[in-house]
Amino acid sequence: MTVNSYPGPDTIRRHILSNGITVLVYENMSSATVSIEGVVRAGSVVEPADKAGLADFTADMLMRGTHKRTFDEIYETLEMAGAGVAFGSASHTLGFSSHSLAEDLDLALDVIVESLCRPVFPAEQMEKLRGQLITGLQMRANSTRSMAWLAFFEMAYPNHPFGRSSSGYLDTISAMTRQDIVGFYERYYGPRGMIIGIAGAIRADDALRKIESAFGGWRNDDQQVVPIAPEAPRPSGIVRRHVPMPDKHQVDIVMGLPGPRRSAVDYLDASLMNTILGVFGMMGRIGQNVREEQGLAYYASSRLAGGLGPGAWTASAGVALDKVDLAIESIRHEIRRIIDEPVSEQELADSQAFRVGSMPMSLETNGGIADIITDMELYGLGLDYLHRYGEMMNDITIERVQAAARNYLSADNINIAISGPVEAL
Amino acid sequence: MSSTTTKTRLGNGLTVILKEMHHAPVATFMVWYRVGSRNELPGHTGVSHWVEHMMFKGTPQIPGDLMERMISREGGHWNAFTWLDYTAYYETMPSNRIDIALRLEADRMVNTIMTPDEVESERTVILSERSMYENQPRFLLDEELTAAAFRVHPYHHEVIGDVVDLQTMTRDMLFEHYRRHYVPANAIAVVVGDFDTSQILSQITELFGSIPAGEETTIVRREEPAQLGERRVVVNGPGDTAYLTFAYHVPGATHPDYPALSLLNAALAGGSSLGMFSGGGSNRSSRLYKALVNTEFAAGVGGSLTPTIDPFLYTLSAVVRSGRTLPEVESALEAELDRLATEPITQVELAKALKRARAQFIMAGESISGQAQLLGAAEATTGDYRWFESVLERLNEVTLDDIERVGRRYLQRRNRTTGWYEPTIDNEGGGRPA
Repeated sequence: MTVNSYPGPDTIRRHILSNGITVLVYENMSSATVSIEGVVRAGSVVEPADKAGLADFTADMLMRGTHKRTFDEIYETLEMAGAGVAFGSASHTLGFSSHSLAEDLDLALDVIVESLCRPVFPAEQMEKLRGQLITGLQMRANSTRSMAWLAFFEMAYPNHPFGRSSSGYLDTISAMTRQDIVGFYERYYGPRGMIIGIAGAIRADDALRKIESAFGGWRNDDQQVVPIAPEAPRPSGIVRRHVPMPDKHQVDIVMGLPGPRRSAVDYLDASLMNTILGVFGMMGRIGQNVREEQGLAYYASSRLAGGLGPGAWTASAGVALDKVDLAIESIRHEIRRIIDEPVSEQELADSQAFRVGSMPMSLETNGGIADIITDMELYGLGLDYLHRYGEMMNDITIERVQAAARNYLSADNINIAISGPVEAL
Repeated sequence: MSSTTTKTRLGNGLTVILKEMHHAPVATFMVWYRVGSRNELPGHTGVSHWVEHMMFKGTPQIPGDLMERMISREGGHWNAFTWLDYTAYYETMPSNRIDIALRLEADRMVNTIMTPDEVESERTVILSERSMYENQPRFLLDEELTAAAFRVHPYHHEVIGDVVDLQTMTRDMLFEHYRRHYVPANAIAVVVGDFDTSQILSQITELFGSIPAGEETTIVRREEPAQLGERRVVVNGPGDTAYLTFAYHVPGATHPDYPALSLLNAALAGGSSLGMFSGGGSNRSSRLYKALVNTEFAAGVGGSLTPTIDPFLYTLSAVVRSGRTLPEVESALEAELDRLATEPITQVELAKALKRARAQFIMAGESISGQAQLLGAAEATTGDYRWFESVLERLNEVTLDDIERVGRRYLQRRNRTTGWYEPTIDNEGGGRPA
């Protein structure tokens, strides 16, 4: 697979069904499997605060019973074939995926269609699931890492949909009614804006015909548009929050601030900057400083979320209690350094080569291909995105990396969340 | 997608396993050393894993940060892992640059320096890694449970090692472990991906062929005596959620009962039919899910069977659902296991487990790095990579009688260690950070 043999305009079949669903198909006969990825425009950004977790709860209910099959029958059918289908909610979308042998594609498609288009949300299944979700929230409350992330989002996105947990809270999940779920489904689930990506051992014509016959008749004339999350304010000064968990053994730190949307013109610049700062090799400059040079942490890295909304730039680390301030100062030092000093030519070239060179590894499996072509459509990157990717990445200059760091990072205006055996602030 | 796999042994004893796969311009190189926590005695626990960390620190010719750049600037991914029976290193690269990985591994098999400063710096990293695990209830329970199940055999301790040993380990102990075990006679090189077999074999021979053979790691002779009655372990710790685990002694990967145990685990708990590391996907049509989760006793349940050299543990684990108690979930799990005697696994359940095995096997073939891991683990654990390639044939020979027999033989109460994680603190605040 050279650059020219990456999936592109000549090899991805793109077709829009009459009800608005965009379908992308990539033939790959090298393995006898088929992977499907899809998105529906129904996400957690529209949840009111007292219904936090509604989009997630709804997604988890889809496979709990349909007009055609019960919960038990759905999973018996899938597991009998060794196939997997899953739905999961994100901030702007409901995502789904399936992976099966090519011989079982019809069965997997059937389960996706009935779950998505004809769920019945059985009341007794809702209670079964509610108990599992509540247990999951209790497990979260006992996880230092989860609580540091939760506290970070709450402080970084005040009065913003990203500031609420998309899994909800004990009080919101306990109070959720079946009518909440049915109402959310009826308002937001529908074919408009939906994307289906499919890759694997199937001819494109056959795949399109199957998708058309499965989804072509789906309608929801009342489908409402899920708005894109608004901008989020940047912090002023260092805002710090502690979540004391006294019997834990070490501290998890999450620090950062709202970052660029995937659609920002300088998104790739910011993404490459983050590669240098906290990804390249063994967790980039942050890993080099915090782990390799000082031995403070097993993990210390950074990430840029991207997405349709202003996803966060974050650095995170797990450290001993007496090393918390040293680790935070070391990460702030690296933030300051990438803002104030140009990166070296060598670092830039290394990270560019890493980003370009690792693409074939992402395209190794049908699941990987289906994922990427669906994202290309969701973010409007164009069918030739993978062909242009290397050139776009290599065009980024030292100045553009520094500009992105100045644009999106700050060592002095930053949110810091800490959980573990720390004192309350 | 399948192509022929070849196995060669160089003059110095290095085992070389090669499998061409040409669907993507990618190759994975792995070096497996037949040494892991199984070979560690008290005072040395965690040494295998710590040495794995030190292997990234560099040699006179290639310092650690240069290693990292050599791999990453080609787009490669690399890392390593330590397990009970082995320590393994891998690089997944664009296939036209896989020679870099070969050179790097040949160099660090012999020339790793391990300065005292590097050892001290890594001590706190490893203690931090252990603390990260200790923050998780399931690690705390697994550690105590495994220690209770193994009184004699070194599977007793966790791969990460005991804190006291991590605090006192010296540079010499680490270096001695490295010199003793990181030798061709004790190693397996695996390459999977887009390359030419004869060409890569000559490259491997050139780079590794002149390294002195060394000796194979000696066999562990501390056999675990048969368990004479149920053992019970209770761990108290923070949280609101309780966890239950049943752990049964079961034989190693090459034992004739292993395939039947794999299928029993698939039918009972929805575990991987292959009896390997890859997950089995969802398990919601399995007996235990229906008996524990559908009935609202547990929030989740799973079974784990791991291929090992020596007899290890088959575990069944449940997360106690909010509002339920450990005794209630334990009774429900016991009742479901008792049902195996009166309602054995059926032909339909067996057929499902076998179809899942075939699907899992084909899906595992999509990933080049996944293939390298499965072939290497098979070779390191059983001495024959074909243990993986022939798994479907072995599973197809299993009968319902075999499954019933292994269930009766191993899922006995006297062969079991029962573990409870009993939370001691109520977290207030409705799951919101205070």
